[in-house]
Amino acid sequence: MGKEILRLDALVTEIASPAGAARVVDGVSLSVAAGRTLGLVGESGSGKSLTCLSVLGLLPPGGRVASGRILFRGEDLAGLPQKALARYRGAGIGTVLQDPMTSLNPLLTVGEQIGEVFRHHHAIRSRAERRRRTVAVMEQVRIPAASERLGAYPHQFSGGMRQRIAIAIALAGEPDLIIADEPTTALDVTIRLQILQLLRDIQRARGTAILLVTHDLHAVARFCDEVAVMYAGRLVEQGPVASVFARPAHPYARGLVAAVPRIAAIPDRLPAIPGQPPRPGEAGEGCAFAPRCGQAIAACTAAVPAVRALGAGRSVACLAPQLLAEAAE
Amino acid sequence: MAADLARAITASPAVRPRRSLRHLARRIGFLGAVATLVLIAGAALLAPHVAPYDPNAINLGHALKAPSAVHWFGTDQLGRDVLSRVIHGGRMSLLIALCVVTLAGIGGTLAGLVAGYRGGLVDDVVMRLAEIQYALPPVILALVMVGVLGPSTVNIILVITLANWARFARVIRAEAISLRHRDFVLLARLSGASSWRIVLTHILPNVKPTLLVLLTLDIGLIIILEATLSFLGLGIQPPDPSWGTMIAEGRAYLERAWWTSLLPGAALLATVLAANILADGFGRRGAGGPGGA
Repeated sequence: MGKEILRLDALVTEIASPAGAARVVDGVSLSVAAGRTLGLVGESGSGKSLTCLSVLGLLPPGGRVASGRILFRGEDLAGLPQKALARYRGAGIGTVLQDPMTSLNPLLTVGEQIGEVFRHHHAIRSRAERRRRTVAVMEQVRIPAASERLGAYPHQFSGGMRQRIAIAIALAGEPDLIIADEPTTALDVTIRLQILQLLRDIQRARGTAILLVTHDLHAVARFCDEVAVMYAGRLVEQGPVASVFARPAHPYARGLVAAVPRIAAIPDRLPAIPGQPPRPGEAGEGCAFAPRCGQAIAACTAAVPAVRALGAGRSVACLAPQLLAEAAE
Repeated sequence: MAADLARAITASPAVRPRRSLRHLARRIGFLGAVATLVLIAGAALLAPHVAPYDPNAINLGHALKAPSAVHWFGTDQLGRDVLSRVIHGGRMSLLIALCVVTLAGIGGTLAGLVAGYRGGLVDDVVMRLAEIQYALPPVILALVMVGVLGPSTVNIILVITLANWARFARVIRAEAISLRHRDFVLLARLSGASSWRIVLTHILPNVKPTLLVLLTLDIGLIIILEATLSFLGLGIQPPDPSWGTMIAEGRAYLERAWWTSLLPGAALLATVLAANILADGFGRRGAGGPGGA
């Protein structure tokens, strides 16, 4: 296992609202090592994206990291001033956003947008040198005839190619960590695998750590080493992908895994998890999932269940003892 | 292959012939406007060479002569050649319009960009200033300022700039606000770009089409405002020719010598109309998509 690149230690992020501060990320601890991929899964509003934005210090207005540590290559980013954080954005940490249609500037050529990173972070003044590097990084993300396409605008590319450009922008900063926030959600199903495969190839070649935020459990199963499941701002289960998917310990993780349709046996009705997740900041006492949980006991609503280690790198925040026992088998 | 297809699709609207009559009329109107402006600007630029007479040469023996082969636009009450005065007056009007559009355009755009992108207190301050400016009728503002500072070309430029920057600031601010929330701005921030870099490389190019329309449209408004001030005696001072003063002076002779007022008025109308048609044309092109302007 490689060097640890990113470690979140009991990260708490709050967003101020008229009704008081809402805890959107509540005590999240996770770690990504060089050359490894962590899949961060959970439904919309569970705090996945806000966890990522906390790392980069770009929370929406009113948001702030209330406590906890964000260790990037051993340095705590929490509480760093914006100026200092800006040095990491794009350079140490690259970001790929969901929709390449909107994440590229329609009025600048792709060459300008990639070259901008070289100028900004590597202070490359020579136009020829920037051009050479831009072509190199475009070839790295497998854009055919890269040198001819430098002057093309984003609308002249297909969705998949645009996402490759976005990845090229992230790569241009030579990051140790790539945060990919649902990089395939806006793409055709056939293109998704290619983009994920590309990210993995880049990771193998450069030893980059990847934090992959996604809804797509298939993608997690194929491309991630570890998985962390979020629910209502908290991590409920974490561990190596194979063992978590084979025997999910937390009832919510079980529900998620069970809800993935399998071609071999498509049931008439997909097993859905009943109920709705609580709104941010309205989770109340105890386990946020308890109201929807089939195995909830009285103690579940009394206090937030502590995170317990299950061995083999796994951990879960659940009280239900029989589940823990089963998972530990 | 997908890239070729994309290229083919984006290329096709330009290749496809559009035969609709309305489109043709618009095209002719646009070209006519360009030709008119080129003609007026050219005449203004070369005024000392193209004007047939000295615009201030008084010849009382030839006062109020109707347009003829000798004096195409006739002569005014002092026997000055109206065509020469229209040409020289246009030179002054256009010079003032260009100065104001540059100053108000740069100032207003900068204020709008900063207010829109930054938001918060900066936004509040800029917008309250703009509202104060909106609340003051420009003619009253000019009356006070010229009364205090005295009428001069520089003061006129100052007054009209003060009366015009807020329109730029408001429109550009609105665009900047909507652009600020676009993903590519977030991505630029995620890549570590500074606020100034983002404003200059990501926001400014995206407001360019709007800015172009505003600038062209504003030229017409500025010329009218300058003519208004001159008409009221607050602008260009006699004997220097200006369209506004010429219209004002010719009023007294309107029944006997319509050309003294109407022909400078026609020049004013043609210029403003051409600027508006041009702005309309830019607006249509700007709406066409990326790279449109």
